[in-house]
Amino acid sequence: MTGFPILSLMLAVPMAGAIACLFSGANTARWIALAATLANLVLGIVLWTQFDQSTSAPQWQFTEYAPIFGRFAWALGIDGIALMLIVLTVFLMPICIGASWEAIEKRVGEYMAAFLFMEVLMIGVFTAQDIFLFYIMFEAGLIPMYLIIGIWGGVDRIYASYKFFLYTLFGSVLMLIAMLWMVHEAGSTSIPVLMNYDFDPHAQTWLFLAFFASFAVKMPMWPVHTWLPDAHVQAPTAGSVILAGVLLKMGGYGFIRFSLPMFPEASAQLAWLVFGLSMVAVVYTSLIALVQSDMKKLIAYSSVAHMAIVMVGLFAFNQQGLEGAMMVMLGHGLVAAALFLCVGIIYDRLHTREIARYGGLAENMPKYALFFLLFTMASVGLPGTSNFVGELLALMGVYQVSSLVAIVSTTGIILGAAYMLYLYRRVAYGPLDKEDVAAMPDLSAREILLVAPIAAAVLWMGVYPESFIAPMRADVASLVARIDRAKPEGDARLTAGKPVAKAAHGHDGHGAPAGHGAEPAAEHAVPGEAH
Amino acid sequence: MSAIYFIVLLPLLAALFAGLGNRIIGNTVAKTVTTGALFIACALSWSIFLGFWLGDSEAIVAPAFTWIRSGTFDVAWALRVDTLTATMLIVITSVSALVHLYSWSYMAEDPDQPRFFAYLSLFTFAMLMLVTANNLLQMFFGWEGVGLASYLLIGFWFKKPSASAAAIKAFVVNRVGDLGFMMGIFGVYLVFGTISIPDILEAAPSMAGSTIGFLGGRFDTMTVLCLLLFLGAMGKSAQLGLHTWLPDAMEGPTPVSALIHAATMVTAGVFMVCRLSPLFETSEVATSVVTIVGAATCIFAATIGTVQNDIKRVIAYSTCSQLGYMFFAAGVGAYGAAMFHLLTHAFFKALLFLCAGSVIHAMHHEQDMRYYGGLRKSIPLTYWAMLLGTLAITGVGIPGTSLGFAGFFSKDAILESAYAAGGHGTGAFFVGALAALLTSFYSWRLIFLTFFGRPRWAESEHIQHALHGDHHDHPADEHDDHAHAHADNHAHDAHGVTDAHFVDTTGSGGYHPHESPLPMLVPLIVLTVGAVFGGLAFHHAFVGAEEGAGFWRGSLFFDAHLMHAAHEVPTWVKWTPFAVMLTGLVLAWLSYIKHTDWPARFTAQWSVLYDFLLNKWYFDELYNHLFVKPAFFLGRIFWKGGDQGTIDRFGPNGLAALVVQGGKVTRRLQTGYLYSYALVMLIGLAAATTWAIAR
Repeated sequence: MTGFPILSLMLAVPMAGAIACLFSGANTARWIALAATLANLVLGIVLWTQFDQSTSAPQWQFTEYAPIFGRFAWALGIDGIALMLIVLTVFLMPICIGASWEAIEKRVGEYMAAFLFMEVLMIGVFTAQDIFLFYIMFEAGLIPMYLIIGIWGGVDRIYASYKFFLYTLFGSVLMLIAMLWMVHEAGSTSIPVLMNYDFDPHAQTWLFLAFFASFAVKMPMWPVHTWLPDAHVQAPTAGSVILAGVLLKMGGYGFIRFSLPMFPEASAQLAWLVFGLSMVAVVYTSLIALVQSDMKKLIAYSSVAHMAIVMVGLFAFNQQGLEGAMMVMLGHGLVAAALFLCVGIIYDRLHTREIARYGGLAENMPKYALFFLLFTMASVGLPGTSNFVGELLALMGVYQVSSLVAIVSTTGIILGAAYMLYLYRRVAYGPLDKEDVAAMPDLSAREILLVAPIAAAVLWMGVYPESFIAPMRADVASLVARIDRAKPEGDARLTAGKPVAKAAHGHDGHGAPAGHGAEPAAEHAVPGEAH
Repeated sequence: MSAIYFIVLLPLLAALFAGLGNRIIGNTVAKTVTTGALFIACALSWSIFLGFWLGDSEAIVAPAFTWIRSGTFDVAWALRVDTLTATMLIVITSVSALVHLYSWSYMAEDPDQPRFFAYLSLFTFAMLMLVTANNLLQMFFGWEGVGLASYLLIGFWFKKPSASAAAIKAFVVNRVGDLGFMMGIFGVYLVFGTISIPDILEAAPSMAGSTIGFLGGRFDTMTVLCLLLFLGAMGKSAQLGLHTWLPDAMEGPTPVSALIHAATMVTAGVFMVCRLSPLFETSEVATSVVTIVGAATCIFAATIGTVQNDIKRVIAYSTCSQLGYMFFAAGVGAYGAAMFHLLTHAFFKALLFLCAGSVIHAMHHEQDMRYYGGLRKSIPLTYWAMLLGTLAITGVGIPGTSLGFAGFFSKDAILESAYAAGGHGTGAFFVGALAALLTSFYSWRLIFLTFFGRPRWAESEHIQHALHGDHHDHPADEHDDHAHAHADNHAHDAHGVTDAHFVDTTGSGGYHPHESPLPMLVPLIVLTVGAVFGGLAFHHAFVGAEEGAGFWRGSLFFDAHLMHAAHEVPTWVKWTPFAVMLTGLVLAWLSYIKHTDWPARFTAQWSVLYDFLLNKWYFDELYNHLFVKPAFFLGRIFWKGGDQGTIDRFGPNGLAALVVQGGKVTRRLQTGYLYSYALVMLIGLAAATTWAIAR
């Protein structure tokens, strides 16, 4: 790639589409939106195939730089981590447009414009290399979401969007102040520069907490998660898809791009906080999901539990944990999006999210039942699906730090199976004894076109995740190297074996294997060594 | 040896073809393709097994491609074949092929046959992935894959609430075990830096005696790893504590019970312990736990089996009990004996289940043995097959000679090894002997209640339906109709004798059971051959002190000394299994043939004990109160009291209330000014930023 501004183009295409949609009739707007998102999907695939994954490749690729004024610059560029999130975004966008094709009837042009504008901002978040450019994209990304929930949402849409707004406002103010201080201190607004700047460990704690306030809400982490179920319930189907699929990943991206590399000591020191909140989240929200009677709320609560796994993986400070966290983000982005689509598909037919109103769908909607089953199984982390790879790596990563955190987080696989299968049972199994339910037709061709690509991606990611991990490997490795000095010691502290005569059966010419990531009986205290 | 690729992939391709083709390709094509694929896989498997048994095949690993790589964690898809795998291959593909064939007739009236056959083939694929795994993660893939297939097949008749409930229960209880398995994998990676099975088995002895921090305490490393992995095995193999799903799994169609819940999937735990036997041998605590859990399950399940009335549940508890034998055999170090019993058990237990299916088929879906009786003349072939299966499971044979049914060789090998091993093994020997008495009792009880005595069919609701053809008034039976529609088969019997049962004195109600059709009988005959001759054919190779090591070729921990000692046990030890078998038979004969009033008198006399056993030691009730109800209760508390009552109340809602008090701004918020607010916020922040930078 010889300096072709592909990233700017990926921002320009949906932007132009958004403007065109604003001034178009309903049907034209639909086609414009679809064309724009599909064009961006093609660009995304080009980006993926052109991304240099070799070990000698530069970390930041496709960079663009144009000063605007002061220190503020149009600086774009991506590494493998951003690349995968961009690919996720451009993959889900056409599906969102397709999901809104018939469901949205009022103010279609504006609706499509809001979606396209959101795509601009989301890609902007993942490509920004200037900290203020990032900030603007990050905060502005919420505006189209407010609009989508507030105008095209359900009955309680005002309350939901207001709650969403209050939560995020609080965090973003603190983050802005922290950013201003950092730029002043380090003398640069460039994210790559800041990522390698060593802030004073004392200041780091405050900076970490300020960013934490913003990212934790976006994740969302317990106890600042209560906006999510309401937002999901009120949002139209495509709104939920993009919220679960991409917007929730912005918090995780924030942690991986800012908190960890910029404040490694503080991250290590406050890892206990993250672990504690995440352990509570897994158990607490899974149990809540078990008693939900509203499908969207159930899936929303399950998202909180999955995001908690992302958090423990991120703060494991090792390759498996970080790559696992990224894979959970990607996998959850696909699976939660697909589950919301599945809810939307039956909502369009019966106009209720009440689980008890359904039942026996496996009989009259066998294709639907098959897809729904696949996504349910992916959600519970069945091996061979996307979520398993991420959960395995993230939990394996954190096990090297703390067996307690690992075991509590892993209970999520039991509880997750319980609430998801219970949901599936109430929707798809049982007798088909309600007349209106029995009258529901199976998936239409349009609906199959929406869910089948996600199903294929879920299986691909589960069977051959290498396609997705490989682009991130070098970047995660450099992050691990960057934070290595603050790495907390694991609780395993394995000692060497004392082979006994009884075990002489194994004719090993092999020495004791190196204890992995755990030096025998090292003395220092566990989280961090702050001076 | 690329045959292994075909063996593993053919069932997968067949499953995809039948499952996705479904109604487009139709029943016959789906059935032919899946069954054909399985018979090919079966033939190939036997050729591989014969290479290990009679030839000198070497263990191989057939590579495929990378699965997960992250840092030093590197896992690939690959197919491992050695003696242990080859043994499992023949068990899986033989039983699966026969069950596919059997299902042609058994499921003939079901409207959803392609789906059924697709699930069966999918299960076979997952099970094959499990046994060919060369690393723990691929084993886990197969492990969860069979769990999925089991879930789908238990819930196959998804309209029936009890079936879908049983399906969830099976999956969730297994997940408890999986938690242990996953933690075990994490621990193995932490300790050894790899999860490749050959590598960890080689490195395991050098880690004996090391300690590790776990959940705040410090423990012996190998003990922690083995026990975590064993928790997984307990879940899959329905051992005491995690067994509650297996009896409920009988909600699935009977061929499923034979394949998954008797012959193959439930033995995965035993296979895992054998596969990792060098690992378990490094921890005495771990092997003791395996022994104790196995022995406890063995006797526990046998006691319940003696009082159950549902024919499938009796066999299910019997399976649970027999798995206990396999585990304590592994626990005392007789892994060869454990695998031997796994093999013979697969044949005779699949046989018993398929016979039960044949009986149920003949009895118009009645499963309660209290409504059976006198069936040996109506369905003679099923009777003889089941009788031979019973002779096999009760271990009939003459000690000291090579004359006996399959179970005689394998069960005696287990009991003798346990006695010879000493320590916990001695206890396991006595427990196992007592369980053998109970096994003999409940097995013969089943035979006597089903095939002997006076017919008691007239009281059965199912038979009533068959006679009257009024099978539509009973919603619970709906699945029977679409599943089997026996009424059609038996309609011609019923019409002629509609009123016969009013004057009937035979107890048959005028009902005429029919022997099953040929596709159901052929598997019975083949399995009978296995149940009769399986022990004789394989006992030298599997448990022979001299031949064993040469047969297993290092694929499991084979202790030739123990096998020698097992052959040298005192004579009374050798005759014990024979004696208890005979005692059980006589007791059953006295209670159900000679003095048919004894069972009633027993239940009246010992009603507390009887209720305790009938209610399965109240495990379901206990778990319901300990786990299920509290989970829902806590969920509600967290939701209403936590999220709504605390976080929202003092968070956003509280803030809103403050704002209202402060300046009535919320009205503006609520009338749609929120969006302008958001814009104002952004513009304000952007302005502040600009100022800060440009300054």
